[in-house]
Amino acid sequence: MSDSALVVEQNYEQLKNLALQKHGEIKEKPYVLVGTATCGRAAGALGVLDTFRNEIDNRQLDVNIIEVGCMGHCYAEPMVIIYKPGFPPLCYGSVDEGKAARLVTDFLIEDDPCFEFAMAALEPNDLFPTFGDYPRGVYEQKVILADCGLIDPENIDDYLACGGYGALAKALAMKPEEVIAEIKDAQLRGRGGAGFPTGIKWETCHDTPGPLKYVICNADEGDPGAFMDRALLESNPHQVLEGLVISACAVGASQGYLYVRAEYPLAITRLHTALEQARAKGLLGESILGSSFSFDIEIFKGSGAFVCGEETALIASIEGHAGIPTHRPPFPAVSGLRGKPTLIDNVKTLSYIPHIVQKGADWFKSIGTPNSPGTAVFALAGKVVGTGLVEVPMGTTLRTLIYDVGDGIKDGKTFKAVQIGGPSGGCLPESALDISIDFDSLREAGAMMGSGGIVVLNEDDCMVEVARFFLEFVQNESCGKCTFCRLGTKQMLDILTDITKGHGRPGDIELLLDLAEDIKTGSLCGLGKTAPNPVLTTINFFRHEYEAHINEGRCPALMCKDLITFHISAEKCSKLCDACVGSCPVEAVYTRPDMLKAIHLDKCVKCDNCLTTCRTLYDAVIKKSPPAAEEGVS
Amino acid sequence: MGLMEGELEIIRAEVEAVLEKYDLDREKLIPILQGVQVKLGYLPKEAMRQIAEALKVPEVDVYGVGTFYNQFRMNPPGKHQFKVCMGTACHMTGGRIIMESFERRLSISEGETTPDREFSLERVACVGCCALAPVVVVDETVEAKVRPTRVDGILLGFGLERAAPEKTAPDEGIDQGEEGREQ
Ligand SMILES: Cc1cc2nc3c(=O)[nH]c(=O)nc-3n(C[C@H](O)[C@H](O)[C@H](O)COP(=O)(O)O)c2cc1C
Ligand code: FES
Repeated sequence: MSDSALVVEQNYEQLKNLALQKHGEIKEKPYVLVGTATCGRAAGALGVLDTFRNEIDNRQLDVNIIEVGCMGHCYAEPMVIIYKPGFPPLCYGSVDEGKAARLVTDFLIEDDPCFEFAMAALEPNDLFPTFGDYPRGVYEQKVILADCGLIDPENIDDYLACGGYGALAKALAMKPEEVIAEIKDAQLRGRGGAGFPTGIKWETCHDTPGPLKYVICNADEGDPGAFMDRALLESNPHQVLEGLVISACAVGASQGYLYVRAEYPLAITRLHTALEQARAKGLLGESILGSSFSFDIEIFKGSGAFVCGEETALIASIEGHAGIPTHRPPFPAVSGLRGKPTLIDNVKTLSYIPHIVQKGADWFKSIGTPNSPGTAVFALAGKVVGTGLVEVPMGTTLRTLIYDVGDGIKDGKTFKAVQIGGPSGGCLPESALDISIDFDSLREAGAMMGSGGIVVLNEDDCMVEVARFFLEFVQNESCGKCTFCRLGTKQMLDILTDITKGHGRPGDIELLLDLAEDIKTGSLCGLGKTAPNPVLTTINFFRHEYEAHINEGRCPALMCKDLITFHISAEKCSKLCDACVGSCPVEAVYTRPDMLKAIHLDKCVKCDNCLTTCRTLYDAVIKKSPPAAEEGVS
Repeated sequence: MGLMEGELEIIRAEVEAVLEKYDLDREKLIPILQGVQVKLGYLPKEAMRQIAEALKVPEVDVYGVGTFYNQFRMNPPGKHQFKVCMGTACHMTGGRIIMESFERRLSISEGETTPDREFSLERVACVGCCALAPVVVVDETVEAKVRPTRVDGILLGFGLERAAPEKTAPDEGIDQGEEGREQ
């Protein structure tokens, strides 16, 4: 081993030992982890945190409270984990202030672990099942999410104590070519959407001569239904930073940027903290870990433009311009930011890097499929029970993902479709559920891996409306450079809007298909090239819904507002109940002389309130499509 | 929109303070605009002119960048902001209904501010809490699983008495009591 490699190793060992020592001290007494990522906060985690603080203070208990990120079980937020010597670490879901207070009195003071609201234990034991005993745990295989929700994102020692930055120390002792060879061999493919082989991109950037190079982490996460990158940044920021430093070291960059979307304020705060701590430990800045490699990272806050996730637009944005994509080639790896070779990788892609450097390409390839090795991280949302973040091996089927990992469809409803890949992706029906998830098979099915947002749709969701929604999104977000993208999407949106309003015309479907082809071929960047996908897949798999709208003025899912009316079924309505009357924001629901309720259709704003209110009582509120008259309601 | 008395001086001073923190380099345009918006809540024309002069770039460039990005506002926002998420998950779980509830209660449309500049209503495309859809961001706080009844609750928290369904007409005046607004 060379002298400098020895110095690096010694410096790293020193940091790690210090961290382990501190970690060991914490572990000696009980401690409570409260998940305070954005999802936890939305569900009330800060109130739970306060309760723990107050109760523990008031009782003068010697218990540490640590804020952590997200374990991925968003459906069960706020989540709390309690470590108490003598017990397995236990995880509690849907904790409110009352439960928090009981956990303090019953578990922390007494020895009753309140199993009635425990979710799972984190380690095998004789008392309580672990996550591995549930289907979600069986099918999940966590690599980059493994530490999320378990380590303190604002304390670098937690990351170091788990072996963090060990891969950086290892990479600093390797030749850049060796690091790149390992990534290439691992066949890691970019998780930002396109699935381009990461190693090849690194090699191109490395081989392009130049004294000044940049690396950029793309954390713009623009897909309006995806939150994997947010969760990773909020829960384990150092993992991304380590990946970014290794990439810089491999290609020879001296400056890095984290391009984070502005809608993620907590992620930005936690990243700032992480950067400061990494600098203080000598893991960033001049001669990292005592080596000859110097590198630093700056955060660039996005300003809310979906197209800025596209790499050339992102670069334009950092340079102070409107985010308008430019023609490739030259690829950024050859000529990017300020005309210099620039490597751009997604948050998830970079998060895999430390693991691959540490455990090797063969380990990585042992997971997933031959063409798409490794795991895939998905944000499960929509009408599925187990919403949240999941990480499964590539090649897992959509069925497993939705029914086993996600625990099926909410409220006993019927599955209709799964939207995968966001605005660039598509909607796949029941018949496509046995497709195994990887970059290539999804593309064949007309959808796209995209960034990993999955929204599950049920019988109540109108597929024409879904297509219209995405078209509206891309239409708003089109930068306007390419005529086909700018005007073509507008044209498509107008047609779709007409259809959802009941003004569709025969021939509209064919017109949409024609326009889709034109936009695909006539657009420069991925936004336009993929914009028609949601329309194409819904026409392909749910053409009958389009036809019902156009030919019968009927929305089969009873969703499109202009095509439905609300009524109260006299048979089901109870004379003794007037919950619906109170729930109406516009006084459209009234009591008839016979004490049954009815709805003034001219006043009704179709807000769903009476229907939701009545559903658990008499289920008497019904929707009709095509719209029906007020009289003659059964 | 006309400026109120004294506003121009405030704008000048705030922009000056932001400009001092950055190199006067075209590349810093977006961070500067972000900084100004944090201070003023929006980007007044006067501010953009001042920034253009300081960076020595045409005013139209500053305006072009300012209008390209969704985050930048060209008009002053309300004292309190309601951002209704219109991302995929929220849209499919009733985001539109939530938006309409706000519109009805505040008597303004999406993108507008109440005449007294108390409240503004905006849409956002996903705040990353899709698992808890539909979501509304009230000032800085994310509210999860919002139902129209919760909209009434949120407004009630700001002293807006409109939730009582029996009597109140949708367009009744705004109660501007100071009490509820603090939290
Ligand atoms: C319209 C559009 C939006 C994109 N949005 C994102 C995004 O939000 N995050 C991301 O990582 N990549 C996004 N990409 C892909 C990037 O251009 C680029 O391929 C990616 O950052 C490369 O990183 P990877 O190789 O790690 O995937 C987008 C591409 C297009 C065309
Ligand atoms: S879609 Fe609303 S938070 Fe993501």
